[in-house]
Amino acid sequence: MMRDTLFTNVRMIGEGTDIQGDLLVRDGLIADFGLALGRPDGAEIIAEDGAILCPGLVDMRAALGEPGFEYRETIASAAVAAAAGGITTLACLPNTMPAIDDPALVHMLRTKGEETGSLTILPYGAVTRGCRGEEMAELGLLREAGAVAFTDGSRAIASSRLMRVALSYARGFGARIIQHPEDPVLAAGGAATEGDQASRLGLPGIPAAAEAIMVARDIRLAQLTGGSVHFAHISTGEALDLIRRAKDAGLNVTCDTAPPYFDLNETAIGEFRTYQKLSPPLRKDEDRRAVVAGLADGTIDAIASDHRPRDTDDTRLPYAVAPPGGAGLATLLGITLGQVHNGNLPLAQAIDLLTARPARLLGAKGGHLAKGAPADLCLFHPDRIWKVEAGKLPGKAQNTPFDGRALEGKVLGTWKAGRRVFGA
Amino acid sequence: MFYRRKHLLAIEGLHPPEIGHLLELADSYVLLNRSGKTQRDLLRGRTLINLFFEDSTRTRTSFELAGKRLGADVINMSVSTSSVNKGETLLDTAATLNAMQCDLLVVRHNQSGAPNLLARKVDASVINAGDGTHEHPTQALLDALTIKRRKGRIEGLTVAICGDVLHSRVARSNIHLLTTMGSQVRVAGPPTLMPAEVAKFGVTVFHDMKEGLAGADIVMMLRLQKERMTSSLVPSEREYFRFWGLDAEKLAFAKPDALVMHPGPMNRGVEIDSAVADDPVRSVIKEQVEMGVAVRMAVLDTLSRGDGRNDA
Repeated sequence: MMRDTLFTNVRMIGEGTDIQGDLLVRDGLIADFGLALGRPDGAEIIAEDGAILCPGLVDMRAALGEPGFEYRETIASAAVAAAAGGITTLACLPNTMPAIDDPALVHMLRTKGEETGSLTILPYGAVTRGCRGEEMAELGLLREAGAVAFTDGSRAIASSRLMRVALSYARGFGARIIQHPEDPVLAAGGAATEGDQASRLGLPGIPAAAEAIMVARDIRLAQLTGGSVHFAHISTGEALDLIRRAKDAGLNVTCDTAPPYFDLNETAIGEFRTYQKLSPPLRKDEDRRAVVAGLADGTIDAIASDHRPRDTDDTRLPYAVAPPGGAGLATLLGITLGQVHNGNLPLAQAIDLLTARPARLLGAKGGHLAKGAPADLCLFHPDRIWKVEAGKLPGKAQNTPFDGRALEGKVLGTWKAGRRVFGA
Repeated sequence: MFYRRKHLLAIEGLHPPEIGHLLELADSYVLLNRSGKTQRDLLRGRTLINLFFEDSTRTRTSFELAGKRLGADVINMSVSTSSVNKGETLLDTAATLNAMQCDLLVVRHNQSGAPNLLARKVDASVINAGDGTHEHPTQALLDALTIKRRKGRIEGLTVAICGDVLHSRVARSNIHLLTTMGSQVRVAGPPTLMPAEVAKFGVTVFHDMKEGLAGADIVMMLRLQKERMTSSLVPSEREYFRFWGLDAEKLAFAKPDALVMHPGPMNRGVEIDSAVADDPVRSVIKEQVEMGVAVRMAVLDTLSRGDGRNDA
């Protein structure tokens, strides 16, 4: 039998909860929480002055290296990074090699997650076979096998007809389609957001409108089909305006963003730093500010890491040809807390964006502080400072766009089903 | 005489007494056919042309047999479906047929509305034997006759029409007929295979087969064309069968005495499991074929009388 764990005199924040008190973990579950619980014999006592205990983070968008890109990251290594970031549940993208377009692969990923002992992996199923954007994959069978939603990952579903069919067909299974919102034809060959910065650097541009165009089209298709669409890593104010209006109209439209899009702008590219090459590309500061506003007013439903592991062979390339993507698991909480410290976002709201709200979107169990719920927990200190250093990050992927930054807010410990998986 | 139209182009728009008349007459032909007697004099001297622009075995044979049993001169014309069946060719064909003094013209065409076009140009009575994704009126009549003979009524029954409703003329004719005659009609299948705003036909839409079949008296399966896979409206045959193929497990949700129907030809293991299709108690698929001949005899008989007909 597992030893009890008692968190004492800690601030507990979860959806609808914000109290100072104790929380008892027994047999992998949250047995009780409230003001001054008794101390069971033999319980491990966790007491950290000024710490906050929240549900383990639910990261709704991360690329894992498996299957097919193990040289970038393995599931075991991603699980280490996730635990260090306070993440206990993670939804992974299907554009792997092979793509997650077969029920057996969904089982495989779920099982591999269980084997880590620290991370629940919720696989996304491919919308199209091989994520090639041609023929629809077996959404029903994938759903039955445990795919939580459908996406072609970092590939946009380009064809309007195919998107319409996918939204319509997925609706029959109550499933959501997640879109990488970028018109791929307009964006082809681009490496940075079109504008004076890209012009000065001599980089091929992607107009920011490539995002709004896709978002507008897909909102219209969601309306036509009655389907549910979710836009990943929203990065422009124009797209957010469209989504805000769609939500007001009662459409099944949701979105997330990722830390680079509310923390960085295009100037972070500096001297062609490939760690800052992302997809979508970093935007102008007015768009960054619009993303912050979208977090604050609730238009954005979740903050995801948008973790994309790269190795040095990927990043030591001329900027325009380097593959985009940044590591994001270990920094997800710290960068988000930056918006709390600068007064843009209340702390409880920030935590909801990392826990309860993505959990609900994924239909996942975690993300809440509730008696009888699995004890997936993250203990962090909101003011403790640490420095992000590429090369010293947990896990294999070191391509962080936040290299060199001092972050205020540090994960002290992570618990998965009552077992401490980080910070012991 | 309740049916006074010159043609049979669609079920939509027919009134209950018209449908009732055709079914009653067809019922009498079932008995006649089973007794081995024929009515060779009824259509003696009349010419029936089977004009098929689309491949068909059972429907063409069924009309041919019906015509011959009533004594008509039956001619089969199969027109290549490859490249010629454009509007102009169709009208040229109509002019040719008119010159031949044809009385009854049975038409199948892969374009919706082709029989209507012919009906405006020929003197003969036109019978739609299936046009595009529009209607297949004699199929709906034979299905109704099968149901009526088995269940004693059509009114008040719950009928689930399952599968590729979008591309099915059989489904459309059946929906019109069954709703006109007072059945509760449901359609069940993936959203990608449902016609837009199909609920406005007066049916209830289900995407979950088991919900769609719950408590049904009649389960009508539709054929799934292979082209639906290449056009990506459904991902694979195995997924289709898993969610919308009729097997014993899903059929168990219908009433214990529910009948299983299929217009044929069947894709076994895609939209229907062999064990269900061949079930001697539940499956009436072979009976549907028998009813087809009787229904077509009733239609030919009725249209050839032409007494006091309206030109509708």
